Amino acid sequence: MSRITSAFQTAQGENRAAFIAYVTAGDPSLARTPEIVFGLASAGADIIELGVPFSDPIADGPTNQRAAERALSGGTSLTDVLTVVGEIRSRSEIPLVLFTYANPVISYGIDRFAEDAARVGVDGVLFTDVPEEELDRFLPTLRSAAIDPILLVTSTSGKARIRSASRTGGGFLYLVSRTGVTGARLDLDADLEDLVIRTRKSSRLPVAVGFGISNADQVRKVANWADGVVVGSAIVNQVAAVGDSDELFSAVEAFTRPLVEMCRKI
Amino acid sequence: MKKQPDVRGYFGDFGGRFVPETLMASLVELEDLWKRTAKDRGFQSRFKELLQRYVGRPTPLYPARRLAALLGGAQIWLKREDLCHTGSHKLNNALGQALLTREMEKHRVIAETGAGQHGVAVATAASLLGLDCRIYMGAEDMRRQESNVRRMRWLGAEVVAVEAGSRTLKDAINEALRDWVTNIHTTHYILGSVLGPHPFPVMVRDFQAVIGVEAFAQFRESTRSLPDAVVACVGGGSNAAGIFSAFVPFDQVRLIGVEAGGRGSGPGQHAARFSDDGRPGVLHGTLTQVLQDVDGQVLGTHSVSAGMDYPAIGPEHAQWEQAGRVSYVKVGDREAIEAFRLLTRLEGIIPALESSHAVAYAVQIAPAMPLKASILINLSGRGDKDMDEVARLEEGA
Repeated sequence: MSRITSAFQTAQGENRAAFIAYVTAGDPSLARTPEIVFGLASAGADIIELGVPFSDPIADGPTNQRAAERALSGGTSLTDVLTVVGEIRSRSEIPLVLFTYANPVISYGIDRFAEDAARVGVDGVLFTDVPEEELDRFLPTLRSAAIDPILLVTSTSGKARIRSASRTGGGFLYLVSRTGVTGARLDLDADLEDLVIRTRKSSRLPVAVGFGISNADQVRKVANWADGVVVGSAIVNQVAAVGDSDELFSAVEAFTRPLVEMCRKI
Repeated sequence: MKKQPDVRGYFGDFGGRFVPETLMASLVELEDLWKRTAKDRGFQSRFKELLQRYVGRPTPLYPARRLAALLGGAQIWLKREDLCHTGSHKLNNALGQALLTREMEKHRVIAETGAGQHGVAVATAASLLGLDCRIYMGAEDMRRQESNVRRMRWLGAEVVAVEAGSRTLKDAINEALRDWVTNIHTTHYILGSVLGPHPFPVMVRDFQAVIGVEAFAQFRESTRSLPDAVVACVGGGSNAAGIFSAFVPFDQVRLIGVEAGGRGSGPGQHAARFSDDGRPGVLHGTLTQVLQDVDGQVLGTHSVSAGMDYPAIGPEHAQWEQAGRVSYVKVGDREAIEAFRLLTRLEGIIPALESSHAVAYAVQIAPAMPLKASILINLSGRGDKDMDEVARLEEGA
């Protein structure tokens, strides 16, 4: 069983939603990235999404854009992100998903990427700008490297696309909570509960909900509907606020722990 | 040659739909609607009437005799897209897509703009058809195309300065895509060039194909022959795709796309996608030739003309280049400005800095061509918007 699948099973066995934490690799620096991941793991996160910084992140709001800019100005490349994954993997079994745009992977070489990613211990890859129709060129090597392609679905996808995405994808299905880009928001869409229920009905994979979920109250609500909850920008904001200081590990852990606790289903 | 693009929006190896999932349903809806309206007589006659009575089509084909005499070689013909209402070919596409927006019952349009020509065209179409309009423009471009910013605001558009990245066209497109993803239910994104996810590259080309259709017929009528070469500037590539499309089947006609050579070679100094810094990659929803570094990060660009200051090229151009049907060359800032002055002084026509790149290349090749040969230049826009920038450069020089 893959690390991702087993993480969802463990969470389900404990009657809670899996907590998935996103951070941008290389922010504030590559050297500090493993520490942030360990802080998240120590707070109880079940799965880590590591953002691969890209110059033109069209699916991201200002928080993640700025994190990517900081990472890129520090020289972070996909090669570096894979190296950091290897470092994390040598000390932790936490499932790792790369959250990336298509171009860095195409530029790296799709086959070489799948081989290298599998070797260092990547469990899944999520492409923000590759819908199922364009996945062909990535799927064969990802599959043969036993890396789960994580597909996104949204309120605009409709039943047929959701069903198809859950068949093509692996690990879990990522449901985007509302139309728009990544980034913390004050409230949840009124019809989100209904959307999560419908999506779970059409999906053979666990459904994790992300985009815009940033506080304990939102996590608590979504955790009751979904198999997993993704928090990204709120953690990225926290990383940015603490910066390259000694408190990074403890600050990330302290911020994330109360969110993880909200994942218990009631 | 197989039908281009294929059902997935690929021109050979290039094109496709690399977008967030949220946009997929709308792209399919747009494609269906566009295909339906292409055959709908009512829609087409409304569009045609607007092109005639509002845009001012057909635009003239003009023999630039004094320029040709000076160069002493090939005859030079100008397709006068600069005479379109709003000052460039951009209105052809903006009106077409604004009409589609009404068909979709959306009430808001957004657009990116570099030189401001597409922004002005969209603001104009929005005002004519009663649509809310927001234009994203790089802060650097707002500085160098100030008069167009003012025009857009007068037309009722909200102009949003994009401060991210290089603060030019690329960043404006990023921001427009983010807006579209967020407001997909109410908003249509009027993309201004033959870029982006399918169906934009083919749809925009078809809205601009009127340039080639007219030029082909006008040239035939005037000369009883075909031009030896057709020259157009290529930013994203919409004016070039529009004029080339009519001539592509005629192998005896050389087709030449002129890219921005900027200040010279080296990353960030130019916008020549078919130079050493260009490789196939994905930017803004399409797989095409992209200026990028070894890690797949998109490179900055430079051109004196804001409309050509862009790191990717329309996917059909990438395919034409690969197939060897169109040659892509580059012209630098300095030569473009010289051509700008030359055409202004000799013919009394002030070209846009973008179009000046095409003029500059024709100036280079005409002298070596025989007198009976002819070059057709797509004069895609007029240079009124560039007065301040050229004056500023003159002071700096």
